[in-house]
Amino acid sequence: MGEETVKALNDVSFTINSGEFITIMGSSGSGKTTLLNVLGCLDKPTKGNYLLDGTDVSTLSKNELARLRNKKLGFIFQSYNLLARTSAIENVELPLLYNPEISSKERREKAIKSLEAVDLTDRMQYLPSQLSGGQQQRVAIARALVNDPVMILADEATGNLDSRTSYGIMVLMQELNEVHGKTIVFITHEPDIATFSKRTITLRDGMIIKDSVNANVRNAKEVLESLPPIPDLITVAK
Amino acid sequence: MKITNLLRIAWRAIQRNKLRAFLTMLGIIIGVASVISMIAIGQGSKQSIQSQIKGMGSNMITIRPSSNVMGGARMENTSVQSLDEEDVVALQKQAVYINAISPYVTSRGQVINGPYNWSTSMQGVYPEYLFIRGWSLQEGEPFTNQDVKSAAKVCLIGQTILNNLFPDGEDALGKNIRFKKIPFKIIGILSKKGENTFGQDQDDVILTPISTVQKRILSTTYYQSIFASAIDENATDKAASEIQQILRTSHKLPKGTDDDFTVRTQAELISTFTSTSQTLTVLLAVIAGISLVVGGIGIMNIMYVSVTERTKEIGLRMAIGARGIDIMMQFLIEAIMISITGGVIGVVLGISATKLVTYFIHWPTLITESSVVLSFLVCFVTGVFFGYYPALKASRMNPIEALRYE
Repeated sequence: MGEETVKALNDVSFTINSGEFITIMGSSGSGKTTLLNVLGCLDKPTKGNYLLDGTDVSTLSKNELARLRNKKLGFIFQSYNLLARTSAIENVELPLLYNPEISSKERREKAIKSLEAVDLTDRMQYLPSQLSGGQQQRVAIARALVNDPVMILADEATGNLDSRTSYGIMVLMQELNEVHGKTIVFITHEPDIATFSKRTITLRDGMIIKDSVNANVRNAKEVLESLPPIPDLITVAK
Repeated sequence: MKITNLLRIAWRAIQRNKLRAFLTMLGIIIGVASVISMIAIGQGSKQSIQSQIKGMGSNMITIRPSSNVMGGARMENTSVQSLDEEDVVALQKQAVYINAISPYVTSRGQVINGPYNWSTSMQGVYPEYLFIRGWSLQEGEPFTNQDVKSAAKVCLIGQTILNNLFPDGEDALGKNIRFKKIPFKIIGILSKKGENTFGQDQDDVILTPISTVQKRILSTTYYQSIFASAIDENATDKAASEIQQILRTSHKLPKGTDDDFTVRTQAELISTFTSTSQTLTVLLAVIAGISLVVGGIGIMNIMYVSVTERTKEIGLRMAIGARGIDIMMQFLIEAIMISITGGVIGVVLGISATKLVTYFIHWPTLITESSVVLSFLVCFVTGVFFGYYPALKASRMNPIEALRYE
């Protein structure tokens, strides 16, 4: 009688270097969400160590973990998780509100800079309900960038978007990685999306079954441009 | 986490749900407004009773014969003949806490001026009676001790008598009015006093030297009561016990027997009547307080729903670096903001409602600072108390589960 212990991850060991763009692949139940939780300092492994930017996370308290997430990590979620009835810029400012070292002036400046990076400066005062799915995800990406994190964690960030918008997001990801030098860990179950990253780790039943460098990384921008033009949806029959 | 950031976050959350925040506040608004206005009404009636009793002369002490057993039958106290001139003389000589004393007898009958008449009572007193009651003359002169000695047929009349006997507004001073076939010369007119708290017309009064009533009307040597005035308000109790001692000696009452008189001070009267209105105030405040608690439960209810509804938001905030304490403070501050804003509106509403009651229904009201401070404090405590549990629940959420909550 009692709870069954399931090992979500077992014998997983890898290193992510600064400036890498990694996708973590796996079907549901493969342990990729648990891995993301550990990488995101939301969960601690029962055994083993996780070093983030030189800090051993397993010894930290809940509050110290919160502080670490606030300073060193940026999260992007499948369902965007923007605050409703709150403008784009205020959503982006949110992580900085939990950092007492940042003044309100600095906060506003950083938020604008982040929105510039995702090309949404013209939508700063818009509410999430006034933005498209792709725009909402871009606001969420700006929010993940605003604290200048050492690593950005994206959890199925294109899962709710159509392929065209997904490619748009991947264009942005590649740009953040190559131009701004951001370290990105992108969790997905779509092999198509994984081809845009430099390295792919594949999980199955809590173990790494494959960890390979992508020989030919696709350029998302080119893929997007090669798509057939958007059919004119409002054609009036004559 | 900076407090300004916390305030900003909580304020934003309230703004996002303005209508809901207002409805939540409504309980507090009504609660505070009713506490303030109810206490104001209770305090107002208490104060008005106090001031009216004081207006009757707060130093005043009344001595009456007590009901006595005569042949097995308890007699009506006015028919008891236990107070007489000897008592007054004894009090005048011995009492040190009294500065004025006047015996009192009264006789009911018709008072007549030509075609006009009025049923009233002729009150026989000493000249000091005016001082004891704190009454003043509008016109004329009071009668003197000489008038008392000679049982002079002079009188002072109140406004009601004046209006009924001289309805044409002619000058009453110096005129003669008749009471039980005896003519009385009006030598003074008393100032208007209005009704007292108990609805008695204090202007329906004719004062005349006590000897005149005793000798010419009633043919008695006894007094119906004795009025005295203590040297000051704080000395009334000492004066009352002093009077009791002097009268017991004067009446030669052996130890262990009951007094054949009663001594009452205005303070006793005040405490009797104010205790009634105090009970009223407490009752009103309790009822209003209950509505404040109901308002508080409303806050708890909404905060609870709000925490559940915003589970995902809480998960997100935790993921991006909010600590448990930050989340807790956010919800707690939100609850306190709602209750304090409600409190401020409630105070304004309560004060306005009180003013309206005074303006339209003419009830006496008194807004005390303490009632405002108290209800405000209760608001804050309500916010903390009823906001704490939902806030605690929010702060203990697991970010992973909260993020996955649908």
